[in-house]
Amino acid sequence: MLRFTATRLVQLVVICFLISVFAFLLVHLLPGDPTLAILGPNDTPAARAVLLHQLGLNKGLLAQYGTWIVNIFHGNLGASFLTKQTVTNALSVAVPIDLELIVVSQVLALLVAIPMALIAALRPNRAFDRVATTSTFAMLSLPTFVAGPLLVLVFAVTLKWVPATGFNRLSQGLGPNLKSVILPSVALAIGSITVYYRLLRADLIATLQEDFVTMARSKGLSTRYILLRHVMRPSSFSLLAGAGISIGTLFTGAFVVEVLFQLPGIGFQLVQAIYGRDYLVVQGMALVAAVAFVVVNFGVDYLLTVLDPRVRRA
Amino acid sequence: MPELPSYVALESESTLALDSTPGMGVQALQSRLPASGLFSRKGGLGLTFWICLGWVVFMILLAVLASVLPIKAPNFQDYSAVNVGPTARHLLGTDDLGRDLLSRVIFGSRVSLVIGFAPILAGLVIGGAAGLLAGYRSGPADTVLNAVSFVLLAFPALLAIMVIETFWKPVSLFKLTVMFTFVAAPLLFRVIRATTLSFSSREFVVAARATGAKTSRLLLRELLPNIVPAAVSFALIGVAIAIVLEGSLAFLGLSIGLPTSSLGNIINDGVNSNNLTLNPFIALWPSLYIFLLLTALNLMADRLRSYFDLREVTL
Repeated sequence: MLRFTATRLVQLVVICFLISVFAFLLVHLLPGDPTLAILGPNDTPAARAVLLHQLGLNKGLLAQYGTWIVNIFHGNLGASFLTKQTVTNALSVAVPIDLELIVVSQVLALLVAIPMALIAALRPNRAFDRVATTSTFAMLSLPTFVAGPLLVLVFAVTLKWVPATGFNRLSQGLGPNLKSVILPSVALAIGSITVYYRLLRADLIATLQEDFVTMARSKGLSTRYILLRHVMRPSSFSLLAGAGISIGTLFTGAFVVEVLFQLPGIGFQLVQAIYGRDYLVVQGMALVAAVAFVVVNFGVDYLLTVLDPRVRRA
Repeated sequence: MPELPSYVALESESTLALDSTPGMGVQALQSRLPASGLFSRKGGLGLTFWICLGWVVFMILLAVLASVLPIKAPNFQDYSAVNVGPTARHLLGTDDLGRDLLSRVIFGSRVSLVIGFAPILAGLVIGGAAGLLAGYRSGPADTVLNAVSFVLLAFPALLAIMVIETFWKPVSLFKLTVMFTFVAAPLLFRVIRATTLSFSSREFVVAARATGAKTSRLLLRELLPNIVPAAVSFALIGVAIAIVLEGSLAFLGLSIGLPTSSLGNIINDGVNSNNLTLNPFIALWPSLYIFLLLTALNLMADRLRSYFDLREVTL
């Protein structure tokens, strides 16, 4: 186990290092003198000095990487030459929004997927199972950039239940806050529901055929008790694996949702920075987002192995 | 020759006569299929599969023939019909600039379809060849390829692509295809490597090797036919994933730029500046197109998976 943990940690560090190298080299993809492109209309001697300090562009490539990475470990991810806002500052605004979106959407997805899978697995191939399986299959073909506008059209434009765009912070009250995140969260949850439902249903059906379930039935335990106490737990590993699978989709979906609903999360700010050719902000945010993605992915993977030893052997 | 695990040896005793003739590659595949062929009505792939295939082919034909079809130019503005619903003159209506939506969707599908299929085909060739070799010959090359695929897969694809294209200007269909290939190849590599591994110690492969078959024959005649089903079914999912990724990029305004229409940027257009209130058709048609295309691809992949009895691939 210790050995396994160590290997995983080394892998994680190597991948994070590679991400940093890629992020660092991005600036060098710019045609011509990167300082000209980065500074753009803000090419003042003072700004130039700050940039040279940040990137160390007058040194060799290796020394440049050194300067850049040391700055990052000191929490200096660079600052926008357009808005003067530091990347760290922008992130402190953006990250809570992303976290809220992810938590609310995943809670929603589980609240829908678990009961659906339980009912469907109890009577496979009967009416409910068929309807549920077909509709999740259809949801598989509804990417966020299709589902999002449809939700806006129905719930914001036609029914006017919630605002179409904008974000209310938690400090503005729980009600307004939830109102502004509920539609984006539903749009995000659609992809996750499909993954969770399909995995859990398949696992539940397999577990229900185990001998210990027959045993529990013959003892006269109620179906509900057997489902919740005997069957749910061994079947829930795939849910966790499903969480791992849906991280990538969530990530992509969150970007689309934030732009569609104008929520100032990482995706929204990153896209704004790309539109504004704010190269250093793009670089800094991408680095943080990519590292976060990799760390979360590894975390889920690791948790899965700790909880279910069968995965390690496979 | 790698030592066979005990369960294979046990199994081979009973199935030796059936499965150990050299040149069994194709027969081994056939033995896994239902007795009737691909095309027969009973036990075949089923009507749904062929309808879906027909639909995808129809969509591809529309995109290829877009410029000879009797439809308006995608950027032609008909000022006498701005924001109208479906009429005889504009079958799907027009957008806020009076552009024909049918034409825009068909021309826009070109980008989605190219980005959907080209990188997956390239990835099948690159990832497939590497996966076949790595799965057949485990060794240092396998270890290196495996590590590379893991590293490439660890990156969040959308983020990487949108950031790289910000710095690597201007965006072009070719550059997008190259970047998408980097996403597709490692995925397909993993699937094909895993499938090859599961076959490379089967009796018919061992028997063929024992009779002195060359490596090229082993790979192409014995292993390849058995890997094609998994590869095709997964490639179809890959096409769906690539189309969603490109659509997301286009929706964010980061795929092929205007004035070229693409499904994602038409949806974006339909969502912007009150268009959703004034004329929901702008966003609706490309959404419907994507939904039907993805449904067809997913259904085909699902059908192939159950037909060839492939288990859900875990990566």
